[in-house]
This record gives sequence, structure tokens and C-alpha cells, in this order.
Amino acid sequence: MLDHDVKYLKFKTYLNTYCPHCHAGFNVEKKDVKQIEFKAIYQGEEIDLYLSPYLDVFEIESSVDIQKDGTLDDLICPHCKKSLLNKETLCGECGSPVAEVIISALSGLIPFFICTKYGCEWHGLTKRDERRIKLKIPRQDMPEQDQTLRVHNFQEVPYGYTTELALLEAGRCLQCKKPLCVEGCPVNVPIPEFISLVAEEKFDEAAKKIKETNLFPAICGRVCPQEAQCEAKCIMGHKDQPVAIGRLERFVADYERKMELVKVPIINHNTQQKIAVIGSGPGGLTVAADMRQLGYAVTVFEALHETGGVLTYGIPEFRLPKSIVQFEINFLKELGVRIETNQVIGNIHTIDELLEEFDAVFIGVGAGLPTFMGLEGESLGNIFSANEYLTRMNLMKAYKFPEYDTPMPKGHSVTVIGGGNVAMDCARTAKRTGADEVTIVYRRSRHELPARAEEVHHAEEEGIKFKLLTNPVKYIGTDFNTVKGMECIKMQLGEPDASGRRRPVPIEGSNFILDTDLVIVAVGTGPNPVIFQSTPDLKRNKWGYIDVNEETNETSKPFVYAGGDIVTGSATVIEAMGAGRIAARAMHEKLTALRKKKTKKASVEK
Amino acid sequence: MFQIVRKQEMAQGTIIRFDINAPKIAKKVKAGQFVIIRVNETGERIPLTVADKDAFAGIITIIFQVVGKSTALMRSLKEGDLIKDVVGPLGRPAEVEDMGTVLMIGGGTGVAILHHVAKAFKEAGNYVISIMGSKDKEMLILENEMTQISDELVITTDDGSYGQRGFVTQPLEKYLSERDDIKLVYAIGPIIMMKNVVKLTKKFDVKTMVSLNPIMIDGTGMCGGCRVKVADETRFCCVDGPDFDGAKVDFDELMNRNSLYLKEEKDSLLFSIR
Repeated sequence: MLDHDVKYLKFKTYLNTYCPHCHAGFNVEKKDVKQIEFKAIYQGEEIDLYLSPYLDVFEIESSVDIQKDGTLDDLICPHCKKSLLNKETLCGECGSPVAEVIISALSGLIPFFICTKYGCEWHGLTKRDERRIKLKIPRQDMPEQDQTLRVHNFQEVPYGYTTELALLEAGRCLQCKKPLCVEGCPVNVPIPEFISLVAEEKFDEAAKKIKETNLFPAICGRVCPQEAQCEAKCIMGHKDQPVAIGRLERFVADYERKMELVKVPIINHNTQQKIAVIGSGPGGLTVAADMRQLGYAVTVFEALHETGGVLTYGIPEFRLPKSIVQFEINFLKELGVRIETNQVIGNIHTIDELLEEFDAVFIGVGAGLPTFMGLEGESLGNIFSANEYLTRMNLMKAYKFPEYDTPMPKGHSVTVIGGGNVAMDCARTAKRTGADEVTIVYRRSRHELPARAEEVHHAEEEGIKFKLLTNPVKYIGTDFNTVKGMECIKMQLGEPDASGRRRPVPIEGSNFILDTDLVIVAVGTGPNPVIFQSTPDLKRNKWGYIDVNEETNETSKPFVYAGGDIVTGSATVIEAMGAGRIAARAMHEKLTALRKKKTKKASVEK
Repeated sequence: MFQIVRKQEMAQGTIIRFDINAPKIAKKVKAGQFVIIRVNETGERIPLTVADKDAFAGIITIIFQVVGKSTALMRSLKEGDLIKDVVGPLGRPAEVEDMGTVLMIGGGTGVAILHHVAKAFKEAGNYVISIMGSKDKEMLILENEMTQISDELVITTDDGSYGQRGFVTQPLEKYLSERDDIKLVYAIGPIIMMKNVVKLTKKFDVKTMVSLNPIMIDGTGMCGGCRVKVADETRFCCVDGPDFDGAKVDFDELMNRNSLYLKEEKDSLLFSIR
């Protein structure tokens, strides 16, 4: 008997049962019916007995009618005709004698009990045993575009789960009483609850369950670093691989959208208060949706001509289709959120001017200012910040040049400096626009790569090369002032620094020249100065980001809130959403108190 | 959508003036600030400095030279046509105060931007001396407007077809050596002109502001395409500028960067003709 003898069908854990004496199997499959079949003695007569072979489903049938609460005299193996009764064990629920069969689990054979009291569901498996059985369902991969094809197009790489795969994956969830995954999620999505709904094939309800705390599961399911958040805490991950929470989240969100089950709530209440949201990225959209649903009039100001912030200009189409982002934004518009594009706050309106018209303001402008390394030759042509490269490609659709007017930066041998998700996005975009060779240069080792494992994996599959423990020193230009090479130095890892990562130290004399005709600098971003230029009284922390009260996300200016990268520096989409949620809650509390005070005052005056 | 309420062709159709209905921007824009225009869905984002405004009528004026596909596309627009996106004001305004006497230098289409700045200095109470240069008489723009706001105006043309023959630096040198009350020089025009002006004013130790127009995508501080080296530091023109102290600007680097897309510009133009 091997481990694969336990088969799994849909989300139900399928059990293969065997006789403890002759080791013959009891399972039979007739057409679509799968059953465990054996004999029993009831009132002195031999009868046939059928059990469902699924762990989570109890169904029993017999060839003759058995009265309620009837007890079987014996259970017999149909092959060796020996009695299966276990004399030493009694039913844990009703105390009746029990029969014992064996099933195989992760590390061996374990007994499975069948109570002789007809209809009693006790099976004697401990939670631990159940886990050992469930652990044998492997983590399900998402089907994805073939790697040789996908480097020539911008379509999304993974296709997402099929219903079957989703059910199988959902079956792996242990439904922990104290779910650690929820703690790992910045917005505390009720993960076990939604997965349980998936397992019951209630996909629409599962999507609605997620949306109780996360408004954009189709986006988060795609771009959240689950392996560092919810999935990092999953108990399944200790022994095996964690439940693919992100993939399930994506599945239900896509299901809801594709089946047109998204319902726009009608908002009847009106608080008569107005909210201004600056920036239509993940943080801003969350505040807008939350506050609108609470009855506030919300206006979102976006500096660019397209909405979505980093979701639109930053993350490439093949990782997050823009149609999904626009779907979510249309949802907000249908909710009644006003969106004004081309509005650079700080210039067209200052924060103080906004406060004259609006009752509260949320700043979610992101950390959009690209960082350069200050190397010699950095101003050469064909050296781009990741922001410029991605903005040209994603926002301005330069990859369709000359159909679109913005020129596309093109190179045969492209180098990307940095090891984060943005670096991976740049490298994979360059590959898709026809670069012969794309190399990622990162100063630490593979273990320290800040990018998601999945992105690194995808990049490698697509033929991106990694030059690890390498740092650029200076750029070398052609006579036409474009880059033709990059002098690099080899690094080694020294003592851990303040961030806990081992500090890379240059190895003297290890300099070498890397030939390259396009360089993308993806080494991080800083705070954009525009808001601060016109709002000098906005308190900033030592890194130049906005200082906020951590519990409310309110800034040093009353009624002005902030969240996302402009507070934390470069972080994740879901963290920005989490910050938006905290700000929305605090805003609502403060504005509600204000409203009550006003009505009280008004009634007193009457 | 933003409507073009007036269109004027200058310099034999190579320089175009648009008056655009953009009330919110007109109310806010200050001298030295710019807007970004995207004509249609497939268009580039084009940074253009505002040449004038009428806050009351809600109109901003932009003046541009037709150099490539996007500006050619803009020339094809007629009065009454709509522009998809106009975003602004962007950049930091020119620091305008009453300093006494200021010297304004404009070259080519740079005069369009200079006009707005010079007007602001005049309104602040300064004695405004202006020097404007162009290739020849045909390419000279805004002469009337500049005459109105200048206390003294000198015109130079490279070929001598109008005004003095030569470059703007010649009358500049004369003024600098004759008058010692010039507190500030503002130079806006081709990079080579600004570079030469700065070279000269450095000698006379007069503070000189220049307005830069590097390659730019978003104009809001995001892309870093507009990076320039000022006092050996990387600065972004769109949020730290576009006006900088000319003495500190690395003009050679800027010149190199601005010539990067000539080939693409040609390809794009050919594509649109086809």
C-alpha cells in the first residue's frame, strides 16, 4: 500500500480502506458511484453495507432496512470473511462496539473505525490523523502560459485555478480554530471561512466573504506577497506546503467577476460630509470605497490621466491585467465615488484649500520619486529609472510604439539593477519587448532577493539571468552618449546590518565590465516633494515620509490622514489597503462625533 | 476635455499659439510653471510651459515649435477642437519679487516662456530690460507683447534680417559692463544659448536663472526622465524646477540627454505619415 492509494476527489478527502487481515481493499467504483462495500451481520442475517468513501461526508446504506438506532452484530470482510470487530475499542460517541479497517496516511497506516450503531458517525480519527491525511493532497499549481510563448506577449502568465483545482486546494485547509493565516493578513481576511465556502462550492459567497474586509481580492490574489503574509503562517506549511490562499482568493474573485455576480450596493444614507482622497492607488481606492459605503461624498484626485496608481503605471499587464483594475474602479464609480484625473494636488489645490471644501482628506500619493545611485555616467542615454521604464511601457503603452506615440526604450542586452518585484517586472517586460539577453544585477545573494519567490521563478523560467553579489560602480558610454557597458564589482556578505540582512561588502580588485545597451535602475523610491512644497506644516519623519498616528493614520494636521507608501516607504499593495482601512475607520469615528455634536448643538439652539 | 478657443500660426507655421480653455489651471498657474498635454488616447505626454494666462476668462496660452510627430499632430488641430488631457500647473513657479532692475533674455520659442516670467517681474514693480534673439526676422515671436512689458527691448537676429545682427550675448555683455544695477538675469531658450549666457554672467557675478526643458514623461516627479545635474546633485526638473540657478547647471549633460530620441522621433513621424 502506497501513499497514493489515498485518492482525492474534489475537495473531499477520499479514503481507500483495507481489511486489516487480508489487506484486500473495500473500495468499489461503479460508474460514478464510489463506495466502501462490505458485509455485516444484522439480526443474524448477512447483509451488504455501503459507506461513502469521503472523510468529510458520512453516508451509509444497507441492503435491508435497518430500524433507527439499530445495532449491527458484526462487520465482515467480503474477501476473507473474517470479523472486523475490534474488541479493545468502543465507540467514542455512543459506546457501542466498533469495527476497524485500515487506511494509509502520510507516514503509515492508521486505523479507521466504523461504529456498529447504525448511523453513528464516529470514526476514531483524531484531528492530527485528519491532518496527516489532508497533508497528502499536494499544493495545486495554477496552469500558466507556456514560457516559450509568453515572452512574446503581454498576456497574463497564470490562467488561474479551474473549479476542480480550487476544490482540491480548498480541501487542504485544516480549518484551524485559531487561524494564524488571518493574523498574517494586513486586513485580516476571514481566510478559513472563505476557503470553507469554496469547499462547499459556494464561490460567490466566498467572494463576498473576502470582500467583508478586502475590497479588491482579484488584485490582491495576484499581487500580494502571500508567502510572506497569510501563507507564511499557514500550519500546513510546517510539514508540507501552505494552502495556496492567494490562488484561491484570485479564483473566487475572478469567478464572481466573470459570472457577473458583483453587486453594487445602493447607498441610501448621506452623512452630508465630504471626503477628498489624493491618489487613486490601492490606499486611496480603499478609503474611497469604505467612506462612500458609509454615506460620505467622496472625490478622488488623481495626478495622471489614468486611475489606479501603481496598479496602472507600475505593475505590468502580464502580472495584473489592467481590465481588472479598471473593473474595480468602475465599481467605485458606480458606488458614486467621483474621480477627477489630471489633478496634481499641491499645485492645483493645496491641502488647506481642500480642507475648506472637504471635511477630511486622505493622502495616498505613494512614494513615486525614483532613487538613483549617483554613479558616474548615470545621465547617459538608455539608463532609466524603473519608474520611467514601467511608466512608458504600462501607462503610455510604449510597447505599441509607433502606434502609440511614446518611444519604447529598446536594448539587445538589458541590465536591471535591483532584486525586488519591480526589478523582476522590468526584466520580464524587457524580455517581452525583444531583448536578446536580460540580466538582473543584485548586490546580495539569492537568499536575500526581496522579490516574491514566484516572480523570481517566473523570471528564471523566461530566461532572465541573475548576476548576484554584484554591484555597479560606473557606466561607460558610447560616442553618442548612450550606455554601452557597466563596470561592476563582486560582493561578499559580511555581518548583518540594521535590517537583519547580511551587509554586502565589495571584494577589492574584482571589477569587471558588463556589456549592456539598456540599463534600468530599480533600487527603490523616495517621497514625492509636491505635497510638501505647498503644505510645510505636514510633519515628516526622519526618512522624509509623512508622520502619522499609528492608530488612526491621522497626520499632524487635524482631519488630514495618510497611508500607503507615502507613510511607510515602498511596501505592498495590501499594506496600503490596510492603511487606508485604518484611516477610513478613524475618519468615520471622528466625523461621526462631529456630526453628533453639531446636531446636538442645533437642537439646543432651537 | 479642453477646448482650443484660439489658434495662431507664427513664424510661417512653425510656431503655433493655442489659447486653451482651462479655468482651474488659469486660476492657479504662475509664471514659470508648465502643463502637460496629451492630445488623444495614443498621444505622448508633452510638457509645455505656460506663456500667458487669463484667470478671469479661464484661458491659458501655450506656444510651441513644431519639431516632431506630437507637435505636428497639435498643429493639425483647429480652433474649437478638443484636447484630451491638460494637467497642471506643474513645476515650481519662478521666484518673482521687486528687485529693482532685471534682465530678461529669450531665444527662439523660449521667448514664449520668458514673456510670462517677464510680465510677472514687471507687475512686481521691476525695471525690465529684455533681449530677444532669433534665427531671422520670420522666426521672431511676441515682439509686440514683449515691447509692452519691457522698459528697454533689444532684438537680435543671427543673420541680421531684423534688429541687431548676432547673438543675445552681445547686447548682454554691453548691458552688464555698462550697468551695475542688474540684480538678476533670466535666460530662457536653447540650451546652448543659456549655457553661453551663464558663462558671461558668471564673469560679472550676476545671478542667472534658467528654465530647463528636458525629456519628461509624467511631469509629477515619478519617472526621473527629466533628471538634470545641478550643483553635482541629481535633481528632477518637474518637481525641483524647471527654473534653476544657471551657474550650477550641467548644460553639457542636458544637451546630450535632450538629443536621445531623435531617431525615435523620426520613426514616429514616418509612421504617422504612412
